[in-house]
Amino acid sequence: MSKEDLEKRTVYSPEGEPIEIDPLNDYFLDLRPESYAPRNGVIEQFANWARAESLWVLGFGTGCGAIEMRPLMTPRFDAYRFGIQWRPTPRQSSVFVISGYLSVKTLKRVIRSYEQMQNPKFVVALGSCTINGGMYWDSYNTINRLDHYLPVDVYITGCMPRPEALLAGFEELKKRIKAGKGDGANKYADNFDWYKANQKKIIKDWDMPDYNW
Amino acid sequence: MSKKFFSWNEDRSLYPPAKPDGTIDIDLSSHKYLKIWHGPQHPGITGNMSLELTLLGDEVMACETHVGYLHRGFEKLMERRKYIQCFPIVCRVAVPEPDFNEYCFASATEELAGIEIPEAAKWLRTLVLEMARLQSYLMWVGGQAGAFGQGIIGQWTLYCRDLVLDRFEELTGGRIYHMYIIPGGVRGLLPDGFRERMEETLRIIERFMKDVHSVMFNNSVFKKRSVGMGVIEPEWINRFGIVGPNARAAGVPMDVRKDDPYLKYPELDFEPVTGTDSDIYTRADVRRRDLLLSVDLIRQIMVKIPDSGEIRAKTPNVLHWKIPAGETYSRAECTRGEFGYYMVSDGSEYPRRVNVRGPSYTHAVSLLEKMIINVNIADVAGLMVSLHTYPPEIER
Amino acid sequence: MEFQIDQVIGNLNELFGGKDHHRQRKGLDFITIPKEQAVAAITYLSNPEGFKHLVLLTAVDWLEQGQFQLTYLLNNPDNKQDLGIRVLIPRDQAVMDSIHDLWGQAATYQRELREMFGIHFPGSPRVDQPFILEGWDGPPPYRRDFDTKKYAEETYFPRPGRSSNDPTEYMKHQLYPDE
Repeated sequence: MSKEDLEKRTVYSPEGEPIEIDPLNDYFLDLRPESYAPRNGVIEQFANWARAESLWVLGFGTGCGAIEMRPLMTPRFDAYRFGIQWRPTPRQSSVFVISGYLSVKTLKRVIRSYEQMQNPKFVVALGSCTINGGMYWDSYNTINRLDHYLPVDVYITGCMPRPEALLAGFEELKKRIKAGKGDGANKYADNFDWYKANQKKIIKDWDMPDYNW
Repeated sequence: MSKKFFSWNEDRSLYPPAKPDGTIDIDLSSHKYLKIWHGPQHPGITGNMSLELTLLGDEVMACETHVGYLHRGFEKLMERRKYIQCFPIVCRVAVPEPDFNEYCFASATEELAGIEIPEAAKWLRTLVLEMARLQSYLMWVGGQAGAFGQGIIGQWTLYCRDLVLDRFEELTGGRIYHMYIIPGGVRGLLPDGFRERMEETLRIIERFMKDVHSVMFNNSVFKKRSVGMGVIEPEWINRFGIVGPNARAAGVPMDVRKDDPYLKYPELDFEPVTGTDSDIYTRADVRRRDLLLSVDLIRQIMVKIPDSGEIRAKTPNVLHWKIPAGETYSRAECTRGEFGYYMVSDGSEYPRRVNVRGPSYTHAVSLLEKMIINVNIADVAGLMVSLHTYPPEIER
Repeated sequence: MEFQIDQVIGNLNELFGGKDHHRQRKGLDFITIPKEQAVAAITYLSNPEGFKHLVLLTAVDWLEQGQFQLTYLLNNPDNKQDLGIRVLIPRDQAVMDSIHDLWGQAATYQRELREMFGIHFPGSPRVDQPFILEGWDGPPPYRRDFDTKKYAEETYFPRPGRSSNDPTEYMKHQLYPDE
């Protein structure tokens, strides 16, 4: 989609009838995200247990860490036995694994994918490059700190992290969710303006709605 | 127009006529076409890149490749790092085969600095490069089978790849990024008992590859979808800069290991694997036989490789290492074809310019955009994987 | 007639004003061709001389001399010979003729050079479309006067506490603290 596709214009139906469209308003629902208020006691605990035991990962290899995802899916490390599986679409996933450095171009796609995921959603960031830039700390095209653009639940260090480290990271994420601390999406909703300001500072040609889901 | 474009239609007069250069005029407002993005967040894409497809029914009419999602600006970063500081970052250029980056960068540096590396280091480098080819092919087989719906092949070959990575870990200490090849030589000798464990790994791989051959290559679904699909014409080879197995499947025996022999390849006995039909099936078969050739070459290397000896030539203090001014190009044959580094030095401690020539650069952009026309949308993933592209080496 | 690289170099010197021939190693030669003659020389090499494979096309920024060096690396697959054509173009007027009609992939290289160095290739397909960067508003990043460290520090919220050292100074301090 190019920028012109997002401008207001008139299109014609197959019958030749003119239709006025404003893509940014007509195609997207851009309500602000809302933070989720936990229910009481046992019900929330049960829900958290259920969330923690079926982590569905979005299959989006954003960086070089994606190469360790396939060993994780296959017999040697077999993450499926921990209830972790990979899904092709954001609508079905609850965990976004940011596998390494993010260039500005990818960050744009990552934000869109993240916002399309349903609550509750968690972000696991791999590698030193998501923490402080890692190897690419002085590169003009990679972001240095992921937590300025998306709320991160668990960081897994290393360059690149081994599959064992990833499994340990997922265990840590489970613990946090069970303890009711997996509230990245709430943080995103509460500090929405701050996150958006940071994102817009580095994505120069912002041509998407503010929140799309 | 009452005809519905649901799938391949025999009557080609309904489709827009192609201009002499193969492109067509697409009028999106006619509501016949559908524009979709294949990637970057898509399970059927090789890595982080995307295709902007224009469809008529389920047939691709036009395609634009979009890359740049993995751009880190290596060539810029290297300009402000000393030669020795570049070594940790060069291996990150092409993730699945980091050793080729290390080798090409090291050999270009050594050539400019006039350093001759010891025999044992040459053998060890040859071994590491051949192992890198092996593991990259093993991952590719799983990807190709997965693109045509055979998940089990990937489970087998990735298990085999993990075994190769274990050998890498023994030899170099790293699983994915090894940083084993350093200027002047390599970092270590073979560990004790490495030969036996390597031999066992190779035997397991051969056993699994027999199964892969019967399950994948004799499978009627795979054959039906891949034979005659995605043909590369032999005259495109030089026109589009096609290298490696993609060219060899068209019958052109283009292999840097033979054409411009480096390291110890002249002492090894092999012939480049070629095919004739140049479709997806032939390319897959060429790669499978190339994989088995790698197994054979590793066996040959294991016989000839010395157990002891000098592994590192003397280099000046690397923190004050000034490389004499000059320019050179060093190349090696990775699984996708010719991988090369063009290096320019201006006599200072920092490289003036390093340019990475990744083989996917030509395959994934100009060639893919040409080949994908009139392909069914369901076969796009299979076609892309059959070209064996890795996005990180396109944009660096 | 047997292929002789010296013969080819001689022809280039004679017909296209080639100079500064340099043999890097057996099978790899470099030669400088004037800008006006370059595309003609490359066409000549690609057809009668059999250099039919374009290995790479890239640029080097000689900031101090005010010049860009374009390097066309051609390969002769039948005779296992590489030839690098250096073309020097002024930095403030970075325009070069396109070779996209000789090789399909040259259009991609030229698109990248346009974006990364700001060298213009009129007539090359899609040359003005962004290739790698998106929404980039700074100078072409591979030019040497663009400071990537400064740009990254100003733009990308560096994490406080991360420091970097000059390796030479740092190792000297570690090894010889008294000096």
